[in-house]
Amino acid sequence: MNVLDFSLALFATSLLAGFLGAMTGLGGGVVIVPALCLLFKVDLHYALGASLVSVIATSSGAAAAYVREGFSNIRIGMFLEVATTLGALLGAYLTAKVSGNWIGVIFGLVLLYSAWMSVHKLDDQPRSSKADALALRLNLRGSYPVNGGREEYVAEHVPAAFGIMFGAGTLSGLLGIGSGAVKVLAMDSAMKLPFKVSTTTSNFMIGVTAAASAGIYLSRGYILPSLSMPVMLGVLVGSLVGARVLAHTQVKTIRVAFVVVIVALGVEMIYNGITGRL
Amino acid sequence: MAQDREHGLEQAMGRMLQIGVTVAALVVLAGGILYLLQSGGSKPDYGHFVSASPAVTTVSGIVSGAMHMDARGVIGFGILLLIATPICRVIFGVVGFAMLRDRLYTAVSAAVLIILLYSFVARR
Repeated sequence: MNVLDFSLALFATSLLAGFLGAMTGLGGGVVIVPALCLLFKVDLHYALGASLVSVIATSSGAAAAYVREGFSNIRIGMFLEVATTLGALLGAYLTAKVSGNWIGVIFGLVLLYSAWMSVHKLDDQPRSSKADALALRLNLRGSYPVNGGREEYVAEHVPAAFGIMFGAGTLSGLLGIGSGAVKVLAMDSAMKLPFKVSTTTSNFMIGVTAAASAGIYLSRGYILPSLSMPVMLGVLVGSLVGARVLAHTQVKTIRVAFVVVIVALGVEMIYNGITGRL
Repeated sequence: MAQDREHGLEQAMGRMLQIGVTVAALVVLAGGILYLLQSGGSKPDYGHFVSASPAVTTVSGIVSGAMHMDARGVIGFGILLLIATPICRVIFGVVGFAMLRDRLYTAVSAAVLIILLYSFVARR
């Protein structure tokens, strides 16, 4: 295949991944690595690098809108970024220590988990009436727009959330993904933040988390400019269009289709990892 | 009053992220067009990992490549701008919280910034 055809095929695939990722809220990054490895036969480490770059682009692009609308909580985001960036350093360090096959198996499990999470739609958790003392001392509170007014909230279970976030950061650095599903888990299930605040604050944090592994990826040579270029541009444009379309359409069928694709890729990654092909 | 200033910080961060991603994407696009014009023939072998040259693994190598209008250097420079965007957002946090006289979150933002900078200094 010549350079132009290959780049166009990569761009088209990434465009579709970004589009579906934005429409379903799962993010395009999660399918980029398996698509590059399984369809385009790209080395796993190069795939991690290209994916990480596209994750920084899409999350920063989306975060720009959310933060201005006042949904993201920048204090909670900043506080938890201490955990995710430390985790990301560990994860990026581990990419050179853990074999590609193991990374493939872990990646497959994360794909299956993301698919499961997107089927089990999270609802706002019931909140306890007693205010969390640590959260108050750390000022992990805020308000967000609801039906014209603003509703107040205070975070709960701060140490547990911090721990889960360290894990989310490690997965992000190890797999070149945003690991939004795990970040939402920490804020929704542990901190009991309103769902809209959890998802937008998670998005706000993804770029910074990924930037912490990017330096290590770059110095190791995982980020190839010629490969990252069509992937980053494709995912970015696809996710911008997807976010536009999202506002006007019912996405049930697309969502189900994308979840099926993710499950299939997850199973194939695990199979390839176990049989030692990555 | 404090609410307004905090809102101002959110607006500034949002604007900064938007500009950063847009500029980075345009530079990557320009480098990409250059790359497709400069390189003909069959695609490079991406199937096997080989250790890359400093031209794509170090900041100084990438910047010098971009100055010489080398396509990979220009794309790499766009990627560097992209990585710098969230780092800039954290710097905005340090400065913004300091202006809000929020000592705790100035320190928290500074800690995140130190971790990020460490990741670029730490070799491998």
